[in-house]
Formats: sequence, structure tokens, C-alpha cells
Amino acid sequence: MSDTFTAKIWVLGDDIDTDIILPTEYLALKSVEDMKPYAFSPLRPELAGLIQPGDMIVAGKNFGCGSSREQAPEVVKALGISCVVAKSYARIFFRNAINNGLLLIENAELYDAVTEGDTATVTPGEKIEYNGKTYEIASLPENLMEILNAGGLVKAMRKRNGIGE
Amino acid sequence: MGMTMAEKIIACAAGVETTKAGDIETVTLDKMMSNDGTTHLTIDMYNNKIKNPRIADPDKLIWIVDHNIPADSPKTAASHKKMRDFAKEHGITFYEGEGVCHQVMMENHVRPGELIFGADSHTCAYGALGAFGTGVGCTDYLYAMVTGTSWLLVPETIRFNLTGKLPEGVYARDLILTIIGKISANGANYKAMEFAGEGLHTLSMADRIAVCNLCVEAGAKTALMEVDDIAMDYLKEHGREPKAIFKSDDDAVFSEVYDIDLSTIEPIVAKPHFVDNVVKASECSGVKIDEAFLGSCNNGRIEDLRVGAAVIKGKKVAPKVRFLVVPASRSVYKQAMKEGLLDIFMEAGAMVMNPNCSVCWGACQGVIGEGETLISTGTRNFKGRAGHKDSFVYLASAATVTASAIAGEITTADRV
Repeated sequence: MSDTFTAKIWVLGDDIDTDIILPTEYLALKSVEDMKPYAFSPLRPELAGLIQPGDMIVAGKNFGCGSSREQAPEVVKALGISCVVAKSYARIFFRNAINNGLLLIENAELYDAVTEGDTATVTPGEKIEYNGKTYEIASLPENLMEILNAGGLVKAMRKRNGIGE
Repeated sequence: MGMTMAEKIIACAAGVETTKAGDIETVTLDKMMSNDGTTHLTIDMYNNKIKNPRIADPDKLIWIVDHNIPADSPKTAASHKKMRDFAKEHGITFYEGEGVCHQVMMENHVRPGELIFGADSHTCAYGALGAFGTGVGCTDYLYAMVTGTSWLLVPETIRFNLTGKLPEGVYARDLILTIIGKISANGANYKAMEFAGEGLHTLSMADRIAVCNLCVEAGAKTALMEVDDIAMDYLKEHGREPKAIFKSDDDAVFSEVYDIDLSTIEPIVAKPHFVDNVVKASECSGVKIDEAFLGSCNNGRIEDLRVGAAVIKGKKVAPKVRFLVVPASRSVYKQAMKEGLLDIFMEAGAMVMNPNCSVCWGACQGVIGEGETLISTGTRNFKGRAGHKDSFVYLASAATVTASAIAGEITTADRV
């Protein structure tokens, strides 16, 4: 896991579903790079063009609800989002994000405090510092950290099971 | 301490005596289903990201082309070809044009007691036969396909004790939308939703699949129903035997328990853009529609087509409204033909399509344009789900959808 980093915040709401994150009509595009401009387009068509690598997303409850399409966390990762901080996550999205090496942080309070465009400083597994206040965050279970640290499940599988080595 | 149905199935698949909610278990999967929504990605990873790849047990894999069948562009045709060729090369059970994946699975593969991964969120439908079905992404799928195993966090269980019987003109769709409205779109996040009680025995298999199928819209990891004579009859009819029959112990621990009297359920509509945004159907009366859709893994079974046909028989689809009728599988389609239901829909002015996922997932066919409104028996009503980002999807039962197609505006079957 990377060390402490500071990131600009984009704020999204509750129940950001996978059709918002990447609408069905763009799933057939050849690569996740091609899909990038359309991320979050039903909600905020301009957002994908504004996100800079290293930025973070802060959202409400049930982030990633909906389909099992893995292009959803992939496109978020491809946009260069350093982490998502949400009140809660839908479980399939949660697994898919970890499996693709996208850092997800659960925190119930930050969403209600943040203003878009501000920055926050994140120390994974420990805390988020924002506007002079510290928000504690839990560490992920060991098996998930192993996947995340390896850069995703496929890479972890290589290490763990010797497949591909 | 007793165990829940979910804990027992996971313990069995993990080869351990006991397990409990919150534990992480490594399980051996009984079956792995994948469809053309994402299988091309799985194949790409299999071919390019791992060296010397192998499939742990090809007999456990079932691949189904249903999301874009028949192909609507060179891109989807190429994706299907990739899937078809790979399935053939590796001896994977392969269906194409046979129906929506979950219906095909219910008709041909799912057995009580099994632990099944599906690369599709609505895999929780398999709980109608007492199987633990759960949706995963293509990376989890790839791992399971290569190793035959995966890890699972053992979920807590919310128990729904059903009593009574659904009133005339009220359907399983109304029941599950009522439940999702009650517990919210993440009310069962990471949890299992278990259904039991004497009321369960009044629900047909079609009802049960509809209820379990939609549990992911409350965030559930899986849905489970106790296996009774109705489930066993269905299994027997389709030529299968259970792997194991589990039920929760009397002293099992549930995170929440709800008692639901089926006789109190009313016709319900989920308004845009969230499945838990539910109101009594009568409160949506008069909302003009452009399209109606009867089909999907939720409500495309013969029972649903019978309901729709009974409502529309001798009547016409409203002018300027498109009414799509999409049987969920070839066997449903053939049965509907035999019973004359397709004639009724065609006479009324509906479009009867081949079995596929259709507009439910906003591709394939029937996509709606800017400012348009769809009433649907599909699974989701998210913003942009059925087409243009500025369009509107209402979810309702087969009866309410068909009645609305006739009226040209949202209404219930008793009013057309």
C-alpha cells in the first residue's frame, strides 16, 4: 500500500450505481481507455474530463450498487482516482474494486463534511485528515490487503498459487 | 449455536463442520455461470494475464449468450465468437439464444445446496431452489475458473417469515418491491435474505425466482428459500436431484427478522431512479408511457406471460406505445406458443421478441430515447439504465405493465 497522499476531492451522492459509473452503451468499447470519457456521464457528463490522476471521490451510501460489470471499478481506476471514500459500498463493486487494485475506504462521517474541490490527506488503513479534523479509518482484512498490495487479484493469484510463474 | 442456511451451504462448500457470519472461508464452487456481458473480458485475462492457464474443472462452467442475442453489431458478434470458440475449445457447456442466463440455469442446472458463482448480479435468483447463488465480477470469476475455489465472507442473514397468501391481482414482484422499499436499496448489503414460513408454500416457483432474483437490489449477497414440495417437484420435473437440503436451525442467529403477511401486499411501482423508490401503483396513475416491457430474468416466465395475456386479450396496445414481450427462455417461448399466448400479444399489437435480456439492461433492443418513459418488469430503474440518460423507468408486475401498455399511461389491471 502506498504511503500518505493528498488528493483533490470530487463529491458524488448516495446510491451511485454502476450504470452511472459506466452506462451500458459504452461497455462494448474496445478498451477501458476508450470508456474513460463516459464515466459518470448520466449524472455529470463533464466530470470525467475534469478528474486528474491522483484525485479522490467522496460519496454517500451504497456506492457501486447494481450490476457486476467490472468495467465500473476499472474505469474509476483508469481515470487515476487514488481512492474512493464512501459511507458504504455495494458488495459486488467492493470485491471488483479490490480485485482491480482500486483502494476503497469506508467512512460514515467525511461525506457530510466535505466540499468539492478541497483536498484531504489520506493515510491508508489509518486516517483521513480534512479541514483540520482527523477521521479514523479501518484497515481491510488481511486477505484483501494481500490482493490490494499485489495490485489486484490476478497478480495475487500468481503469487499465491504460483500460476503463471 | 445453530447455523443458518447460508452458513450451512458455505460450510459444506468449504469442507468444514461449522462456520459463522463474519468468518472468511475458502470454498470449492459447484458451478460457475458467465454470460456475454463480461465473458470476453474473462477470456482476455485468461489468455493474456496468466501464463500456462488452466481450467480447474470445465464441467462446472456454464456460459450463456443472452445479453445481446442475436448480435446487433460487429463488436458484439466478435465478442460472441470469442466466447463460442473458447467454450468449444475447452469443452464448456454453452447456450446461445436459449434464454436469459438465470432462467436457463434454473431450468437446467441449479440444485439445492449448491454454491454457485455467476458473473452477473442477479445470480441470487438460484435461492429459489435453495442454492447459494452470488454475483461476482470477471476477475473473481477468472480466479474461480482457474482454481475451482474462491473466498467468501460468511454473511449475516435477514430472515423473512412469510404468512398468508398474496391477494388476487397481486404478484411476487409487488412482494419483493414492498420488501426492498421497507429495508432500502442497501438494507441487506453483504447479507443473505432468507425466506421461510407457511406463506412460502403459497408461492409458485416463478414467484420464488422473481423474489430471489431482485434481492440484489437490496444489496443482498444471496437469497435463500427453504426447499419444500413445490421446489422438489420443479427439480424432479427438470430431471435433477438435490446436492443437499439445508434449512436454518431453530437456534440460528439472524441479524434481523421480519414477519410478512402476504395478504397485506398491494400492487406496487418503483419510480425512477431507484428500486427502493416504491409507491402504491395507484399513486402513479396517469403517468404517460412510451414503451412497456414484459420479460427479463425477473418476470419473463410462462406464468408472467399468462398474466399479461389475460389482461390484454381482446384489447389493443395504446397508439404510439411500443409493447415488447420477451419470453425468458426457449421453453417458455414454446409453451407460450402452445397456449396461444403469443397470438394474443401479436393481435393486440405487441412486439414478441426472441428470448434475451432486451431493454432491461439498456442494450440489445427497445432502448428508449431522451425524455421517454418505460414501464418494465425488468430488474432496474437506474438513471439511464434503459437508454438515454434523461429517460425514466418505472418497475412493476406483469399485470401492471400490460395494463399500462393498453392505457398508454400507468394503471393497474383492474382498470383496463
